[in-house]
Amino acid sequence: MNFAWHLRNGSRLTCRSAPAACRRTFTAQHVMMSRHTHAKRIDGLDKNVWVAFTSVAADPSIVNLGQGYPDIPPPSYVKEALAKAASVDRMNQYTRGFGHPSLVKALSQVYGKVCGRQIDPFKEILVTVGGYGSLFSTMQALVEEGDEVIIIEPFFDCYVPMVRMAGGKPVLIPLRPKPGKIPTSSTDWYLDPDELSRKFNSRTKAIIINTPNNPIGKVFTRDELQVIADLCVKHDTLCFSDEVYEWLVYKGHEHVKIASLPGMWDRTITIGSAGKTFSVTGWKLGWSIGPESLIKHLQTVMQNSLYTCPTPLQEAVAQGFLLNYEMMGQPECYFSSLAEELEGKRDRLAAILQEAGMTPVVPEGGYFMLVDVTPLDQDLSHMTEDEAYDYKFVKWMIKEKKLAAIPVTAFVGEESRKHFEKYIRLCFIKQDSTLEAAGNILKNWRRV
Amino acid sequence: MGIIRNLSTNLTVIRQSLLRNHQKTIMSRKVHASRTEGVDKNVWVEFTQLAADYKAVNLGQGFPDFSPPEFIREAFCDAVKGGPAMHQYTRAFGHPPLVKILAKFFSRIVGHEIDPLEDILVTVGAYQALFSAFQALIDEDDEVIIVEPFFDCYQPMVVMAGGKPVYIPLRPREGSAVLSSGDWVLSAEELASKVTPRTKAIVINTPNNPLGKIYKLEELQMIADLCIKHDLLCFSDEVYEWLTYDGAKHVKIASLPGMRERTITIGSAGKSFSATGWKEAVARGFEREYEVFGTPESYFQQLPAMLHSKRQKLATCLQSAGLNPIMPEGGYFMIADISSIEVDLNDESNKDEPRDFRFVKWLIKEKGLATIPVSAFYSSEHGKEFDKYIRFCFVKEDSTLKAAEDILKKWSQKE
Repeated sequence: MNFAWHLRNGSRLTCRSAPAACRRTFTAQHVMMSRHTHAKRIDGLDKNVWVAFTSVAADPSIVNLGQGYPDIPPPSYVKEALAKAASVDRMNQYTRGFGHPSLVKALSQVYGKVCGRQIDPFKEILVTVGGYGSLFSTMQALVEEGDEVIIIEPFFDCYVPMVRMAGGKPVLIPLRPKPGKIPTSSTDWYLDPDELSRKFNSRTKAIIINTPNNPIGKVFTRDELQVIADLCVKHDTLCFSDEVYEWLVYKGHEHVKIASLPGMWDRTITIGSAGKTFSVTGWKLGWSIGPESLIKHLQTVMQNSLYTCPTPLQEAVAQGFLLNYEMMGQPECYFSSLAEELEGKRDRLAAILQEAGMTPVVPEGGYFMLVDVTPLDQDLSHMTEDEAYDYKFVKWMIKEKKLAAIPVTAFVGEESRKHFEKYIRLCFIKQDSTLEAAGNILKNWRRV
Repeated sequence: MGIIRNLSTNLTVIRQSLLRNHQKTIMSRKVHASRTEGVDKNVWVEFTQLAADYKAVNLGQGFPDFSPPEFIREAFCDAVKGGPAMHQYTRAFGHPPLVKILAKFFSRIVGHEIDPLEDILVTVGAYQALFSAFQALIDEDDEVIIVEPFFDCYQPMVVMAGGKPVYIPLRPREGSAVLSSGDWVLSAEELASKVTPRTKAIVINTPNNPLGKIYKLEELQMIADLCIKHDLLCFSDEVYEWLTYDGAKHVKIASLPGMRERTITIGSAGKSFSATGWKEAVARGFEREYEVFGTPESYFQQLPAMLHSKRQKLATCLQSAGLNPIMPEGGYFMIADISSIEVDLNDESNKDEPRDFRFVKWLIKEKGLATIPVSAFYSSEHGKEFDKYIRFCFVKEDSTLKAAEDILKKWSQKE
């Protein structure tokens, strides 16, 4: 939320539009206003990759494989459930602050089954505004000045600013490609256990993991999660597990919940998203699941920040879950059918990129694919801004080739930039026609 | 050597007990962030639960129990049926059609240009607008002046942002019978005395919840003068802006000279369109209202007109039950003085709570009528002066108000 920039621009506009005599007064007021600046907690947090790239890509003539949202429709029954909910008067008014009863009960059912444990819908679940809202509530509730939080690169970009806004210190550790080979799959990226254990110390409050990972698409194996769990238990830290892409796992891979490992339930917050689960990113509903001893603090943040999430949306998502609960494990279940549909798109995009002479990193999960653009050999020497190569490349590509992607260095810290700046991230939860259009642009790259 | 051996023995003991207790004790140190301390109690969570448990006629939490207007429900359905883009991410700081109409609509009201992309932020309810304002602009040790009675979240939000709330109560005017929210006023001297070099902002709410007071131009001018003199920011919560009665005029403090650059004005679709559960605004609703503004067709005229008669009805009921209502000039709440009621609040479990809290709980349990205690809207310093008031909400169906009336009639007949 960019109030500083917001306030500054507001007063700038005032000055510009006033006649000369008044401008003197306004300038004096502007100088007077400068006593009031933004709060320190948002210092340096105003840059944002989505704000930078989404407006540019909004131009309909651009083939948009950038921001991660579907251009395929959501299942019709969730939209119907929303229309139905809004027609019931009570559903248009405030509901229970920590989560609409029918939704938390449905979540308790579904996740109880997945985790193999009883989950208390009222004490162990918090409904938030998107996965983003759960991350924010978690950080605000559990991270403060003096805390270190380990973040694995590449990371969903908001983790670092959220840790900083909560007064914490991000400690970064990169996923590294296995030595000796060019990475062709997200399985080729791994976390070095020794390097990881050296990042833990007495100030470490938590580690954030994201599986399936955005942007690489890595799905952490049980063994990999065990290494992390062992360190959490040994150093008595918390674990924030962002699992918004949990259903989007492809053949041969299994999504494992770190909270289900021994000793982990009591120290883990697991985050999910309706937007990713039901292809309705615009609904902005998510949830945090964990032990009462942690969730109660997230609830405190919720009741002092947003208080409650929109009612009809929660009702509709509850209906969506109840419907799919019955079909869990079967091909008709949306959680399975969407993964199936996306696997086809994943393979199609990978083939398109290979045909264009590039080597995609085929993901095990999620709906993003990384690709190294070095083979395109694009000369960007005319772009003199001090930015990483991928930022320049994506900006140039949007402008000249009308194809949008996201630069991967947005997801890493300063030190790791050089290892990732040849990669761009492409989103493939898109209509086949969108993917084909991207393919055409890439095939005809050399043509002016 | 001895020290090392001691240390390692101790460590072994600690490790063993940690392992033994690992199911229960997760962290040997404090888990939660300090910012969550002292802000965990919440009057809504407490009283809505109680009202639900006793199935009381609910004039407590402020939400309509009647439908939002047809046109907004249609707009919602159209949006739901719209193409895939309607269900995916939009512009972060506000959906373009929405911010454009908000800019157009409010520019006309305040008489100056509001830039849709620079001057507006859409949030999840006014609650989040308040939260964003405090988080963005209040630092550790900043003082924030809050006018009492205040919507309860202002205080924990200031505290969570590291700020220090400084309270000043509205007081009933000396001398004359206090029958209207207009009779509750701020003392200019008292307000001026609250400003210190650390004062960052003042929070005002007009029309006020729970009192219903609508600040007059002179009163806002007084506050504005102070803001300009001491270079303060002003957060103006105007969610009930359309709900004014008896010709009382809602004035936007941001429209006063010198205030635009230092004021954040907060509004709500939930209150504007009787859809509190949406916590979102619909551009179409405002577009429609823009066209019919000032005409009898306008929902912003129809809603206050409808609420006017409900306000009267409730006041009459309360008077006949021996409760003394304070007639609100705006909003959809009414507070009533319970001092003249003598009941035996015979409940050991809450005997240390303020009188109004105990009375409200008694009223829910014994009479099946839910309200909200007004001292919840006051700081602990001043709460004791105001624990003789309870708050009723009248944005309810006639049947709900009738049910409340029946309860009050029966009660007054028995006495």
